Amino acid sequence: MLEELVTVSTVVNGKHYRRVVEPRLLLSDFIRHDLGLTGTHVGCEHGVCGACTILVDEKPVRACLMFTPQADGHAIETVEGLAEENGELHPLQEAFRDKHGLQCGFCTPGILMTMKAFIAQHPKATEGEIREALSGNLCRCTGYQNIVEAVRLAVSRIGGSS
Amino acid sequence: MKPAPFRYAAPRSIEELLALKAEHGDDAKFLAGGQSLIPTMNFRLAQPAVLLDLNTLPDQNFIVETSSGGVRIGALVRHSDIETSETIARSHPLAHEAIRFVAHPQIRNRGTLCGNLAHADPASEMPAVMLALGGRFHARSAASDRWIDASDFFLSIFTTALEENEMLCEVEMPPLPPGSGTCFLEVSRRPGDFAMMGVATVVSLDEAGRCAEARIAYCSAGETPLLAPGVAASLAGEEPDETALLNAARQAAEEIDPPGNVHLTSAYQKHLVAVLTGRALRTAFARANTSASQ
Ligand SMILES: Cc1cc2nc3c(=O)[nH]c(=O)nc-3n(C[C@H](O)[C@H](O)[C@H](O)COP(=O)(O)OP(=O)(O)OC[C@H]3O[C@@H](n4cnc5c(N)ncnc54)[C@H](O)[C@@H]3O)c2cc1C
Ligand code: FES
Ligand code: FES
Repeated sequence: MLEELVTVSTVVNGKHYRRVVEPRLLLSDFIRHDLGLTGTHVGCEHGVCGACTILVDEKPVRACLMFTPQADGHAIETVEGLAEENGELHPLQEAFRDKHGLQCGFCTPGILMTMKAFIAQHPKATEGEIREALSGNLCRCTGYQNIVEAVRLAVSRIGGSS
Repeated sequence: MKPAPFRYAAPRSIEELLALKAEHGDDAKFLAGGQSLIPTMNFRLAQPAVLLDLNTLPDQNFIVETSSGGVRIGALVRHSDIETSETIARSHPLAHEAIRFVAHPQIRNRGTLCGNLAHADPASEMPAVMLALGGRFHARSAASDRWIDASDFFLSIFTTALEENEMLCEVEMPPLPPGSGTCFLEVSRRPGDFAMMGVATVVSLDEAGRCAEARIAYCSAGETPLLAPGVAASLAGEEPDETALLNAARQAAEEIDPPGNVHLTSAYQKHLVAVLTGRALRTAFARANTSASQ
């Protein structure tokens, strides 16, 4: 049946939410405006920049290219879900701090979420694989070098390669 | 950069979906991966009144081998499912090789093969792959049910043979001919970008090691993906040595006449046609040799 308002139940960073939304509400706007989780950034809103990347059922996707009703029944993770509740950073975040992998930080949440899934799938990733995996995330500050180094460090800490 | 309002349905069966489409016709659009549709809606280049979401359909995420050795791919199979499918890697390495050139991992996790083919962007990789493989497309509406050959499917830029209310519900890739080898190559400005030029080749060898058959298809070469039947005809019966490959490359650049675009001239695209055709054929024949000697 056609609906102008849709009820959505979703789990974001382990917490249940149930909201009634207009179907045109982009998932990125739902996360930022309705849930107040502004760590997910919005750059281009057409899938190119990667700033809005989140995990849906553990897979990285563009939050700006999903309508909120499509999250119904799915589990979402945003950058706010990375650190422990006591504030202890995720090893990826730790590596970005250690290697100075960010400057303004606009691209960082999208990169962290992309890399979390990537390292889980490629625990021994090489530098070439890391660079290719980063190709869907634009950074206008760093020149990427320190991002690559941060991810390499995170791979060695999480995945155990050198 | 926000989409215009629309009414939304997430049907639980194909029948319900097709009935809604029949009722709303041109006002309604199918929403598959959304990786082409949502950007155009965000720009308000598209403002459909009704969106019919395919993502809640059961049983459409199938990749199955047919009894003849072909493979059928359902409407909700994502690019990333094809990337990780061992069945496809084994049976149709061309599709497996090409899918990694489609966009970025994040886009491949949502975008569907059927949505990509229905969208019919001439710069897209998979339409050319389907032409080279001789794929067949299963189209259904509330009132019709038919198969369309890949060679009849792509009519123009963003235009296919699908009628207004037809949904592409599956694609079938026939088995590769015996003794065959395939190769996909492209040049793009950055990894994940649409191709500046791309070529998909399927070749097979006869028992004497001569080319039995070749199919060579290009993306970004015109308003639709294009085959080069002239090059294929010249190769048939020939021994695929360096001379034959160089001739094929030269002939391809005459047969294919790309329009050029804001990023590159037609002449440069022609140069890419020649270079990529030669390289892709060389690799495909080498792979055909390996598969023949196994
Ligand atoms: C940043 C970026 C880079 C990209 N790079 C590439 C690239 O390099 N190469 C490439 O090929 N693609 C690229 N794409 C596009 C991507 O591959 C899309 O996934 C694909 O083109 C459309 O598939 P979809 O499932 O997302 O379809 P949607 O966006 O949901 O739909 C596209 C169109 O097809 C219609 N449609 C969808 N499914 C069906 C169906 N089953 N039957 C009938 N009609 C249907 C829709 O109504 C709509 O008009 C890129 C996209 C982005 C955002
Ligand atoms: S805001 Fe989603 S990819 Fe740029
Ligand atoms: S740190 Fe500023 S955009 Fe990447």
